Amino acid sequence: MDHATIYIILAGVFGLFMAWGIGANDVANAMGTAIGSKVLTIKQAVLIAAVFEFAGAFLAGGQVTSTIRKGIIDSTAVAQSPELLIYGMLAALMSAGIWLLVASHKGWPVSTTHTIVGAIVGFAMVGLGMDAVKWVKVGAIVASWVVSPLLSGTLAFFLFRSVQKLILTTDNPIESAKKYVPIYMFATGFMIAMVTMFKGLKHIGLELSTGQSYLIAIVIGLLVMGCGIYYISRIKIDPSDDKDFHFTNVEKIFSVLMVVTACAIAFAHGSNDVANAVGPMAAVISIASDGVVSQNSAMPAWILLIGGIGIVLGLAMYGRKVIETVGQKITELTPSRGFACQLAASTTVVIASGTGLPISTTHTLVGAVLGVGMARGIGALNLGVVGNIFMSWIITLPVGAALAIFFFYFFKGIFG
Amino acid sequence: MTSNYFAKIFSTSPFTAMQEHMIIVDECVHRLTPFFKAVLKQDQVKVKEVYKEISKLENRADALKKKLRLQMPKGLFMPVARRDLLELLLVQDKAANQAKDVSGLITGRKMIFPAAVADLLPDYVKRCEDACKQARKVINELDELVETGFAGKEVRLVASIIHELDAIEKDTDRMQIKIRATLMKIEKDLPPVDVMFYYKVIEGIGDVADIAQRIGSRVELLLAK
Repeated sequence: MDHATIYIILAGVFGLFMAWGIGANDVANAMGTAIGSKVLTIKQAVLIAAVFEFAGAFLAGGQVTSTIRKGIIDSTAVAQSPELLIYGMLAALMSAGIWLLVASHKGWPVSTTHTIVGAIVGFAMVGLGMDAVKWVKVGAIVASWVVSPLLSGTLAFFLFRSVQKLILTTDNPIESAKKYVPIYMFATGFMIAMVTMFKGLKHIGLELSTGQSYLIAIVIGLLVMGCGIYYISRIKIDPSDDKDFHFTNVEKIFSVLMVVTACAIAFAHGSNDVANAVGPMAAVISIASDGVVSQNSAMPAWILLIGGIGIVLGLAMYGRKVIETVGQKITELTPSRGFACQLAASTTVVIASGTGLPISTTHTLVGAVLGVGMARGIGALNLGVVGNIFMSWIITLPVGAALAIFFFYFFKGIFG
Repeated sequence: MTSNYFAKIFSTSPFTAMQEHMIIVDECVHRLTPFFKAVLKQDQVKVKEVYKEISKLENRADALKKKLRLQMPKGLFMPVARRDLLELLLVQDKAANQAKDVSGLITGRKMIFPAAVADLLPDYVKRCEDACKQARKVINELDELVETGFAGKEVRLVASIIHELDAIEKDTDRMQIKIRATLMKIEKDLPPVDVMFYYKVIEGIGDVADIAQRIGSRVELLLAK
């Protein structure tokens, strides 16, 4: 077997493992809220996650994968020795995989995104030289890590405020909910469709003009809204449910909305977190099969497919249980808040995916939760845990980098 | 091997537990009617029995209060200030303490009330219990307040419940004045030490309503932005 084949097989295996890990662990954060508020059963959640994570990775994951693949490292620096990039990307996959394994075992809040980026920057700095790193791009990525929770927090704050104003504090919250919830559904469908099409669906052979994109997005939004109206009309409003807690029926209406936003967050998660996990794999495979480092080579769609398959496997084998555990602990997030968090986070993540910025869905979601908290919407939030989560990505960067440097020399020693 | 750190962000909401605590407190205070019934009948066995019940409920409220305090560590981000909530909890708990103190005093001294005062006591006790019941109604709206984010119609509803609570408390004040006046008319014919304790009991019962009213004002503070 020649080296190229070994590289491709190794990258495929590692990439699949990364995607598997995300499916097994990370998806739970996105889907757990829907389980916690008993909107979805575990089975439904796994099914929705499988379909929409896959769709997100396949349809909207291209930009992020391409950033990881060729946006961080200046390929002219390694044009003479493409195998260095292969070692490095394999090392990045290895270190991210190991670090995630250790961290999830210990229950530490780490993110795949930060580990992968830290690993790539790490090996590039040491193995290829400081000049090989596109620092401007790295700066933009790091800035997006600060901006994304802030943006989704702000969005969530205003979304929840609008829910308060339009529905919860009105004289007849049930009627208001019936009136306004479909509009949020339209917004969700429209937003996801629009961002996905805006950055192009060329890789699946679909080229749309801006006008066509708007039109299709509106149609998709209306379709989602139509389904929503139908399901809301089927909800049995039982006044006796409101005896102990006066908003039980209103929450029932919101739970239909939450199904929609759960799909959106799964799609967003697929488009970013999965995409950045398969990025290094894509880099290895394209270099190994072409033999050169090309800045322009298009990425084969099947690489995103592997990411999608990995995540579904992870979900099926292990994710089910994790979603259940996480869901059981997030019972305080009722549908009227959960939807605001999910919609805010998925909007932010999908926009980042469109611009090719690798961000962490979990961090974005944490920002959204805090946003709703700021709007006096959540019973009690543990700020200490929030601090830990945000601190963790600062620690993750050097750890990812150090591991990647180690594995870089390890692979260089074996194959070089 | 589960990374459920995301779930750890969500602490158990203290509001449901606050409501549970108030239910126990209210049940404790509502033992005062059967207690005074036994006292006025001079049925010492029954008096002791009801006192034990009151004491038990007060202990339960106390235990829950301690549990709730641990549930509200520093660094918890809530829709209301942590200190305000802890103080509200303290006032809620005081209502049960007060019921226990008054009934304990009567049980311990095996008190017998003069007929003129005894006639007025059941209604007075009942009205003070009403105040506590009304305070329970206020606390019962806490989860709805959280749901609406402390705004709009729900706030107006709670404000009206508190308004009624204030009216009930005023009632109990009037009743207290009347009972004291009745006692004053006959006090010179009674053993002075007993009279002193009669006044103390009358005041103690009224304090239950006062504390209930304070629960209302504490919640009003939570409503203020």
